[in-house]
Amino acid sequence: MGQILTTGAVLPLVVLIAALALGGYFLARKRALASAKGDSRNLHSLPSYYGYNALMSVAVPALLVLGIWLLVQPMLVQSSVVDMIPASAVPEGSSVNLIMSDVRRLADGLDAAVSTGVISADDATGLSAADDLRAWLAERGVALGADVSPEVLEAAQAYREMTATGNFWRNILVALIALVALMLVLRETNKDFRARNRVEGGIKALLILAASLAILTTVGIVLSMLFETINFFNLHPWTDFFFGSSWAPNFRGDSDLSILPLLWGTLYISFIALLVAVPIGLFAAIYLSEYAGPKVRATAKPLLEILAGIPTIVYGLFALLTVGPFLVNVFGRGDAGLLGVDWMSGATSVLTAGLVMGIMLIPFVSSLSDDIINAVPQSLRDGSFGLGATQSETIRQVVIPAALPGIVGAVLLAASRAIGETMIVVLGAGAIARISGNPLEAMTTITTRIVSQLTGDSDFASPETLVAFALGLTLFVLTLGLNVLALYIVRKYREQYE
Amino acid sequence: MKDNRYSESDVTIQPVKIAARNVQVYYGDSHAIRDVDIDIADKTVTAFIGPSGCGKSTFLRCINRMNDTIDAARVTGDIRIDGEDIYDKRVDPVQLRAKVGMVFQKPNPFPKSIYDNVAYGPRIHGLARNKADLDDIVEQALRRGAIWNEVKDRLHAPGTGLSGGQQQRLCIARAVATEPEVLLMDEPCSALDPIATAQVEELIDELRQNYSVVIVTHSMQQAARVSQKTAFFHLGNLVEFGDTDDIFTRPQDPRTESYITGRIG
Repeated sequence: MGQILTTGAVLPLVVLIAALALGGYFLARKRALASAKGDSRNLHSLPSYYGYNALMSVAVPALLVLGIWLLVQPMLVQSSVVDMIPASAVPEGSSVNLIMSDVRRLADGLDAAVSTGVISADDATGLSAADDLRAWLAERGVALGADVSPEVLEAAQAYREMTATGNFWRNILVALIALVALMLVLRETNKDFRARNRVEGGIKALLILAASLAILTTVGIVLSMLFETINFFNLHPWTDFFFGSSWAPNFRGDSDLSILPLLWGTLYISFIALLVAVPIGLFAAIYLSEYAGPKVRATAKPLLEILAGIPTIVYGLFALLTVGPFLVNVFGRGDAGLLGVDWMSGATSVLTAGLVMGIMLIPFVSSLSDDIINAVPQSLRDGSFGLGATQSETIRQVVIPAALPGIVGAVLLAASRAIGETMIVVLGAGAIARISGNPLEAMTTITTRIVSQLTGDSDFASPETLVAFALGLTLFVLTLGLNVLALYIVRKYREQYE
Repeated sequence: MKDNRYSESDVTIQPVKIAARNVQVYYGDSHAIRDVDIDIADKTVTAFIGPSGCGKSTFLRCINRMNDTIDAARVTGDIRIDGEDIYDKRVDPVQLRAKVGMVFQKPNPFPKSIYDNVAYGPRIHGLARNKADLDDIVEQALRRGAIWNEVKDRLHAPGTGLSGGQQQRLCIARAVATEPEVLLMDEPCSALDPIATAQVEELIDELRQNYSVVIVTHSMQQAARVSQKTAFFHLGNLVEFGDTDDIFTRPQDPRTESYITGRIG
């Protein structure tokens, strides 16, 4: 019994809550019907609403308390155990955090041993550091980072005890809440109780929760990047980051970490991508919405949108294996090449990445523009045809001008996709940060540098790693700005015809 | 129904402008217009009346070949303007539409300035030799559209910013600017309030001096007020065609009588 009450496992508790909630459903339903003398027409709400209300009232508060408890308890236990470890117990070259993870593992290992019956609960409490606990636990699949010192053992025992106490109160409290809620909800259930309205409120709360979770996640992401960025700027001058001219990270500590060469590469590649995607996408959209018959449209549009479903890493491979070598064949290799020039040495270049990214963006541009062109009222086209304009005159002089704000919005959305794109540039653009106008040279972008700064073995507290967050935040601000601008333009345009 | 008439019935007999014989229109499988024969006179307002879906707008759109822009529509028969078959292979429908102007049910100014709206047709067809020429054409058209005085100070304001009635008169001015010979109007007042309607009706009566005007309308009062000739369409057939006064006072066909007395429609 003591075991069940102090267990850390959540499942039995959840099962208990579910059972109470389900029981509540049937009891409340029955009670409501009984108070209406079995005639459901006398009830304020349908019988099942009384059931749902009970289910909701039992499950939601209990699960909420359980969730909060699960988050808070480990933090409290951890912080009070950390205080028990004296600074002298921390070996050279290690940190309190490493010791704490040993404490946790030791405590968990002992708990596991007790629960499988290898050792009795009393024996586990009475262990001393003199026993070779590290070897003993290793035999049972629990690896420790260092030999168990008396301080660690003491901390682990305290950790176990506090966790057990916490679990005990948690289980009691949550079960009690569920029971009390069940009693309360059954007491208020009678034929005049407005269960339907209560359930409506519950559904609304659920929907609000879903919406705010999405927003809160965004805020959380921004905040986490913001804090790491502040750390970065404490270690590295912001003037170098924003106004320096070179990107040369090294791990001796005197890196040049300027965003400008990366920003240049990003914008240059995005520009080439848009140069490819906007005309092709726009013309495809015009053909599909203005010229193509229903049959062609029904086949061609989904086919075009398949392009949007190709993973970007596959585009990256296409850039690396097909487009890059092809461009080298045209612009490089001296006399062996198609043009007989030697302007391009490697397959990775701004042009390679830009072309392939442009192909990736075609369906994006065409699908958005298609919607916008279709939103132009038919009466405008009729008016133009009625004046003796041809189809292309109508498109050029009436349809496109009318759709222009929306198309600009679509292009801006495509631009923010291009700026944030990673896999194509990782494989297609190269890794050399420089500011140059030559599209046949390899350059690099913000996204690829974020990848390379965060992967590999590096100290997480060095500016060379933390710069990734500053880059990420800049990128985020850039694309957010573009998106806001695009949405503003698109929205303004929508109002025009309503 | 005789009050508030703009036109008098003592119009002199005008030569035939549009002659249609045995016109059939099919939308896919449905037969929308059956065996329509009609002679529409020059410098006259001809009204097409009839219940919804009777084919009056469809027939109107045959006259400038707007039905060509609908894939499913197919037109057979013979329509001649000044004796020339407009469905002849040598006729370019795009050129035809410059000669046969059209005004639509809902005012549809382009999202451009008032000036550019009117200048749109002349620019496409190269009617102006220079800027001054174009200015003249625009002014003329706006005067004919009876809207010049209201917009002369803001020619470069967007046409979409005008009121509904002004927009419709702007659209009429736009259609007039290409110097058409025939003006087709598809329920031009159905989206307008009574005052704007009165202004447009007055304008239609003035336009009669220069053009052959064909107007589709749902309002029998409007047909009686503005037209000299009236054609009654029912279920794709041209039931009766004659002087407006005769149609409204001495209808020959029982269906016409039922419609104008409000028993069908």
